[in-house]
Amino acid sequence: MRCFTGVDLGSTTSKAVVLDERGETIGRGITNSRSNYEMASQVARTEAFVNAKFTLFRRALSARGGSLGLAEALERSFRQEQYLAQLRLLERCARSELDGARYDAVRAGASKRLDAVFAGMHEDAPLWFLPGANRKSDFFRDLAGTSWQVRAERVAGPGDGGIALLMALYDKAILRVENEAVELGFDANIDPALDRVLASASSDRDACRAAAEEARATVLEDVRSVGTGYGRARLPFPKDRIRSEILCHGLGAHAMFPATRTVLDIGGQDTKAIQVDPEGIVSSFQMNDRCAAGCGRYLGYIADEMNLGLHELGPLAQRATRTVRISSTCTVFAGAELRERLTLGEKREDILSGLHRSIILRAMSLLARSGGVADEFTFTGGVANNPAAVEALRGLVRENYGERILNISPNSIYTGALGAALFAFRDTAREDALAKEAA
Amino acid sequence: MTTAAPVRKDRAMELQKELIASYFTRLSRAPQTGAKTVATFVPGNLSELLQCFDAVPVLPEINALQSGMRKLSGNYISEAERRGHSEDVCTYVKCDLGMFDAGNVGPTGEKLPVPDLLLLSYTGCFTFMKWFELLREKLDRPSVMLHVPYQGQGKATPEMRRYIVEQLERVVIPELEKLTGVKFDVDRLREKLALSVKAEDDLVAVWESAKNRPSPIDGYFGGVYYIGPIFTAFRGTQEGCDYYSVLREETMQRVREGRGPVTPDGEMSEEKFRLVVEGPPNWTHFREFWKMFSDEGAVAVASTYTKVGGLYDRGFRHDPKDPLGTLADYCLGCYTNHSLPDRVDLISKYVEEYEADGFLINSVKSCASFSAGQLLILREVEKRTGRTGGFIESDLVDPRYFSAANIKNRIESYLQMVDQKRAAAAGAAS
Repeated sequence: MRCFTGVDLGSTTSKAVVLDERGETIGRGITNSRSNYEMASQVARTEAFVNAKFTLFRRALSARGGSLGLAEALERSFRQEQYLAQLRLLERCARSELDGARYDAVRAGASKRLDAVFAGMHEDAPLWFLPGANRKSDFFRDLAGTSWQVRAERVAGPGDGGIALLMALYDKAILRVENEAVELGFDANIDPALDRVLASASSDRDACRAAAEEARATVLEDVRSVGTGYGRARLPFPKDRIRSEILCHGLGAHAMFPATRTVLDIGGQDTKAIQVDPEGIVSSFQMNDRCAAGCGRYLGYIADEMNLGLHELGPLAQRATRTVRISSTCTVFAGAELRERLTLGEKREDILSGLHRSIILRAMSLLARSGGVADEFTFTGGVANNPAAVEALRGLVRENYGERILNISPNSIYTGALGAALFAFRDTAREDALAKEAA
Repeated sequence: MTTAAPVRKDRAMELQKELIASYFTRLSRAPQTGAKTVATFVPGNLSELLQCFDAVPVLPEINALQSGMRKLSGNYISEAERRGHSEDVCTYVKCDLGMFDAGNVGPTGEKLPVPDLLLLSYTGCFTFMKWFELLREKLDRPSVMLHVPYQGQGKATPEMRRYIVEQLERVVIPELEKLTGVKFDVDRLREKLALSVKAEDDLVAVWESAKNRPSPIDGYFGGVYYIGPIFTAFRGTQEGCDYYSVLREETMQRVREGRGPVTPDGEMSEEKFRLVVEGPPNWTHFREFWKMFSDEGAVAVASTYTKVGGLYDRGFRHDPKDPLGTLADYCLGCYTNHSLPDRVDLISKYVEEYEADGFLINSVKSCASFSAGQLLILREVEKRTGRTGGFIESDLVDPRYFSAANIKNRIESYLQMVDQKRAAAAGAAS
């Protein structure tokens, strides 16, 4: 099957989208790997192709009348296989770290403790992939880190460097894991995943096996890739396969919501206000140039200051009974203002509500400069997942521009990658048409 | 028989460097030669008149941009901030003040003299006035103001012209006579103005060569080198004429050979985008900034910044028959003295006449005179020409306001947007 991929290398995460030969999305992948853009690109792509194969698997399973519950179980089992593959690599890296001369004095004791940590982590592994398991993240670094810490705390004694040594080993080893290629693809990992699921499945076993075989046998030919995002210049693509994220976000938002005319993207370190025409072509844009105030990182910083998780900020702010005016849009100054307000006895949720308003006010200024907010209006980027930010945006847009349809896709994080994939698709279609004309 | 193509040397570029260096040498040696030095601004500079008094101009803007290009401005600005000038003050001003505090060493490595007189040619920039006020306090030197009325209504009136001529007759010339002890000779001024016209004709031919495809010049990044002599000390001189005649000849040779502009990385091989640029460049990362365009095959076919010292390409020439009146016309007509609607009009005409694919605004933090209203300009020019406008933000000489990654990102995005719109238009037309 001919496929087209888009890769978006962002400052926080890297994303990939796979389109089929009709230009329909069949796979999405994401990674938080930041140590190396090439690796991040590769991991995101692998993930997107895995996701694509699961799409094919589900189609094949449905065609055979199989239950989709089985597909869900298989996917969890597959994730577990991927986790185990990375865990094995983590173990190799940790042990080779320990071989370093600096650990000579503590090696014997530490090695035993590593045995116990890894035995524990292998016990923990299946728990992450139970139905409805409580995971704060799907990334290996986060899951393994949590597991490692719990297990290390249990086994670390007072001597031999104690917990500090074990955590230092983890930090070194995880960096190496993120920089080494490990086979996480569908074809290589589906068999053990399938065996685990089928061992307990009561029906549809043959359909499931046949569907998996069909998915594996389908060759996904990556006809063309287009890269975008901050790290795009580092992608191993020729120049004509690299597009600015402005264009990709515009086209991606258009593909998700075809009536989109204005796009706001608030990412980790930049905010973009984009106007697009009815074909998804960017007609004007504005972004922050000289200063990153008011970007996603602002909320990350505030979360750290308040000792909260990023995802907790929005819901907490929504409990506000009033909105404290925060005058500073500078991240650091806003932190100072936050502490001052807390000292004055203001409620956390009221201050947070003010902070959300302040970040959105900054975006409103960019929107105004780019040409305003037209109907329909699509909001993308990580901050679009924050309900308080969305509420503030909705209010300010209504106040300034009147009623607008506000679109937010659950897949909004993939907007840039989707746009890039669509460019790959369109470029190929254009080339094909030219070749046909010439023939 | 075939003849080898003549080895083309950029003689004009070498000449330009020699001229600018000779100017700075003349300036730094003024205390020894006894020449009087007069500080003044590029827009509305009275180069020919100063020469009539054997005075050497000191151009603080040129000093600041030279410091920016030599990576010294950051320290000068810090020095000025330490002495109490806020972060929001024009960075040309702070760079200039800081340069005095740091010993006032010019680009040739020689100490520059403190100017004997501050001749404030006021053409549309209010900060000029405050700048010289600060210098007057700091340097304890006399100042003279030539007040040029702003073309707020879009045209220069006879009253404005008369007002300037009267100031020249009653204030500026007597002050210069007093300072230098040289009697004003109007015939000498006429001779110099006649030389100005020659150089202006040649410069206009160079600007207009960019109407060719490919354009043989870059009218913004390359353009700032071309304006160097005529905007500083060489308008009205034979050396200036010689330079522009060589530049014109070399440019025409490039047109004949169908060659693109020379960039810091060599000749541009393919012209992919033709742009009109509004606003001054960033000087602290000048080459890097230029490269962001040249790497993408983008060439500036016309720019407004290169007209701050005279809009010769719109027809103005100095007129030796009316020596003081023509100086008044010159001052009134500098780009900085034009209103927003005039600027919209000029940029739109450039876009059309030079068949540009789009236009780009570099909005400079330091310069409210330039930046105020630039987004309005953008929308209006887009509306009139149907061509795509782009907007980037940087600063003149404060290195802290040049975020290379973000600016590159914007430029690339902008050019891809132009490309996409061009392709869509071509698709619709076919």
